[in-house]
Order: sequence, then C-alpha cells, then structure tokens
Amino acid sequence: MQITTTVNGRSFTGEVEPRMLLVHFLRDVLGLTGTNVGCDTTSCGACTIHLNGESVKSCTVLAVQADGKELTTIEGMATEAGLHPIQKAFQENHGLQCGYCTPGMVMAAASFLKENSKPTEREVREALEGNLCRCTGYHNIVKSVLAAAVALEGVVQ
Amino acid sequence: MFPASFDYAKATSVADAISILSSVDDAKLLAGGHSLLPLMKLRLASPSMIVDIGSLTDLSYIEDKGDYVAIGALTRHHDVQNSHLLKSAVPILPYVASKVGDPAVRHRGTIGGSISHGDGASDLPAAVLALDAKLVLTGLRGERVVPASEFFVGFLETVLGSDELLTEIRVPKFSGGWSFQKFNRRAQDWAIVGVVAVNNGHTRISLINMGPTPLRATAVEAALADGASIEVASGRASDGLDPPSDLNASSDYRRHLAEVLVKRALAEALG
Repeated sequence: MQITTTVNGRSFTGEVEPRMLLVHFLRDVLGLTGTNVGCDTTSCGACTIHLNGESVKSCTVLAVQADGKELTTIEGMATEAGLHPIQKAFQENHGLQCGYCTPGMVMAAASFLKENSKPTEREVREALEGNLCRCTGYHNIVKSVLAAAVALEGVVQ
Repeated sequence: MFPASFDYAKATSVADAISILSSVDDAKLLAGGHSLLPLMKLRLASPSMIVDIGSLTDLSYIEDKGDYVAIGALTRHHDVQNSHLLKSAVPILPYVASKVGDPAVRHRGTIGGSISHGDGASDLPAAVLALDAKLVLTGLRGERVVPASEFFVGFLETVLGSDELLTEIRVPKFSGGWSFQKFNRRAQDWAIVGVVAVNNGHTRISLINMGPTPLRATAVEAALADGASIEVASGRASDGLDPPSDLNASSDYRRHLAEVLVKRALAEALG
C-alpha cells in the first residue's frame, strides 16, 4: 500500500504493509527513534505524536491511516533557535527522570496547551491521564507543563 | 505487536464501504481503530480484510434536528465532548464522552465505532441506551432505524448485519436531571462498574460492565415507578444480573458497587 505523509515538515511517499503500526513506520522506516514504544496497548502514552496537530498514540494507529496526514514527532519540536518552550520547561523544572515517557509527555502537553493555553494544575493532570511515568515523577512533569503554559503565552505556535 | 496480515481497502463512500463489506466474508470496518486495533494486536480478532472508513468525513457531524440531535457515526469523542449543541441539548453525552479513555484516545475514537463494537464495559453504548437513542444502519437494502434498546444482543455482538454500517446516532434532546458514575482504578481505564441515569419525569438507568452487553437496570426503574425510595430502589441494581469476575473485581463486588453507584447516580439525577 502506497502512502504519502508529511513528517516534521518533510514529505514521504513509500510502500508500507497495511498491518504496520505508525510507531514502527516512524521508528523503523524513517529512523525517528525519539518516539518510544512503551506498553504497546494504548495505555502508557510513550508513543504519543501529533496527527494533524492533535495527540494520538502511534501504537494504535496503522501507518496507512496516516496517508495524506501531517505528523509531528518529538524530533519536530525543536528548531534551529533551540528547544521548544515545552522541552525547555521540562529541562528547567526537572520534568524527567529516566526520560522514557518524556517524548510522549511533551507531545501530549503540546496538543493540550493548544486547546487550553491557561490551564489549572488539575486540568494539566487530567490532560496527562493517558501518559504514564513509571519513575512516578508526575509532580515535576505537571510543574513543567504549567511553566510551559506561562512561557508560551505570547509565543505563537 | 503486529496484527495478523490483512487486505486493506480505503472506502471512498458509504456505498463503496457496503459494497466491499458484502463481497468479503470476514471484513471489518476501521474508523478510529481504538477498539479494533488493540484486539487485532492481541490476535483476538484477525479479519481477512479491513475496510478503512476513516476518510468518510461526511459521516462526521452534529446537527440539530428539532427534537433530537443527529450525530454522524464518525464523529470523534473529542468532538462530542466539545460540541456546544450537545452541551445544551443533551449535556450528559459530552460529559460521558469526556470520560472515555484519555485525550489521545478521544482524538481518534468515534462514537459510531464505540457503539458498533458493542462492548458492555464501554461508556457510550450505555449512554445511548439510557437516552433511548435511535441508530441508523445502512446496508445493501437501504437504511433501517433501530432503537438502542434492540441493538446490543450479546458479548461484542449487535444486530448489525455483515453488509451494514452504523451511519448516524439520533439522540433525543434531554434537559432533565442526569448522572454518570464511572468507577475505575486509573483515569483512562474502563469502568469496573459504571452507571448512567437520566430523569425526565420517569427515570432510565443503564449499567456498564455488569454483563455481556450494556444493560438497563429494569428492576430499579420499576421500583422507582412504584414509588420506592432511592435507598430501596438502588438495592435492586443487580437483580437478575450475572456480572463478570475478572482481575479488577469479583462478581459479588460488582453487585455491591452497582448498588452504591446507582444510589449515587439517583441522588444526583433526582436531586
């Protein structure tokens, strides 16, 4: 099955097997290994990316379903000017321990902050309900997202 | 985990999807994929063909039809959750949708997919059951309209024919008291037990994860109609039911939970 998709601003056209999961397409075909496979059962959120600007769990999407769509992975967040404000907030607030959940956390937070630019702490916690941190470092992750919301005020995404 | 191999077709219209469905023995429709793909990855489902209806954007809409709201089957949970029309016309439905899975799941999962999957542990099938919604099924022989009360017939089994797809959900407008009680351990999990209650003169209650399909708590409804108190009526929450036992809860625990949650739901919906 031939698909065409835009990943982090670059267009890709190629053949994929219909049963190939989007996360494997990103990691194994395109070499974008920043997106992690955690639970592989739609629970942990480590594989969260953006499909047409919204967070999705790429272990539960087929690559063929991304045909004609725009994808953004963690590799597409930083620019030449440096880290994305959300990444910077995670760095400054110690929003990661082992780091495995971090790409998914950042992508889930980015999707959420587009919808709610001035969230409360509770809203941040609810927005991240589909992302598990097995180091249990939630406190600083939430702190990072709240700091990112402040940093992004006035920054056009 | 890879699903078993399958043939893939991207439907270009409802008619196209029906035509493919009717020509292949065990084809399955793929919308958001958030019920089907996990089953396929676990090899609990291995359809020989997937008919992807994800690009039929004309099946994604929420429209005011006077005394009911018409929801296109491919409308995502995220869109149901944020619909201004639904928030004013049937406020319980966007609330229930907001409790399905997590935000990323709600960006993909569709109301039609959830209802067609017919999981007795899912939230939206129970919601449309309590709301007395009507489901529009489209197949080779045209359209038929089936009440939600006749749609769910067994474990992951509905009255959908092999050449039919659910195209529209018609939800009567509802402005009375309501409550949705979802008891689970982690925010994104299925309900261990859930209760949907709506009250508009008479009370309708449906139960989640208390049997193979979403179920109406008919004994509670009858008790209330006879003038029983909430306390007494909720004690009949699991009358005649045989809830499953699993890692999360034994059958007895579910019976107890159903009584507690029905009591809470009635206190809120009738309060």
